[in-house]
Amino acid sequence: MIHTAVVKDPIDPAAVLARVGAAEDGAALLFLGTVRNHADGSTVRGVTYESYEQMAAPVLAEIAREAAEILGTDHVGVVHRVGDLAVGEHSVAIAVSSPHRAQAYEASRYIIEEIKKRLPVWKKEHYTDGRDVWARGTTPRGTGAPVPTVEARR
Amino acid sequence: MSVQALFFAAYRDLLGTRTLSVELPDGATVADLVVALRGRGAPFDALPVEPAVAVNRAYAFPSEPLRPGDEVAFIPPVAGG
Repeated sequence: MIHTAVVKDPIDPAAVLARVGAAEDGAALLFLGTVRNHADGSTVRGVTYESYEQMAAPVLAEIAREAAEILGTDHVGVVHRVGDLAVGEHSVAIAVSSPHRAQAYEASRYIIEEIKKRLPVWKKEHYTDGRDVWARGTTPRGTGAPVPTVEARR
Repeated sequence: MSVQALFFAAYRDLLGTRTLSVELPDGATVADLVVALRGRGAPFDALPVEPAVAVNRAYAFPSEPLRPGDEVAFIPPVAGG
């Protein structure tokens, strides 16, 4: 069964991994995204993730369904955390399992890459020098296309 | 008609507000809303000319027509994961 969630409490990686696996699955993978202590050459003391809550949940579920197509199973667990995280805490956990490893690796990679492309979540990095900066992100594709340009309509 | 604009993260910080009710002519599109907001001057004119936008929680093109009561979210570049 596909399980996805956007949560405020710390992620338990073992619990996410326990969402997947089956007698017919020879491969199970767990990916953890973790807050690192540096960004753009500066030292980071923590980050704050913000989400568009009502949209992030359905988009994450959609990404997981697409990954299940790659996987050939519905053995997918994805949990993304929001709120204030310290260095070393997990921001995302992705678990998948499938009969063979190739599909598991591909599906796991697909999920994290799609999260970075289109999940409506933002990260503010808190530096030790006192600065708080929104991380440079990715503009979701399929949006903002020039049809026609806004300037032309003015 | 009236639509509800939502601003997140850097856009909320820029504008100092998370939600805004905006009056638009019937038949207005996402692009028309962006023009109307940017036309208010500072700080709204610092919004991108073509920001990513979601209408009722689905990503939308600038040409998408709006309906009364639509929830139109301005989505800064995303940085999850």
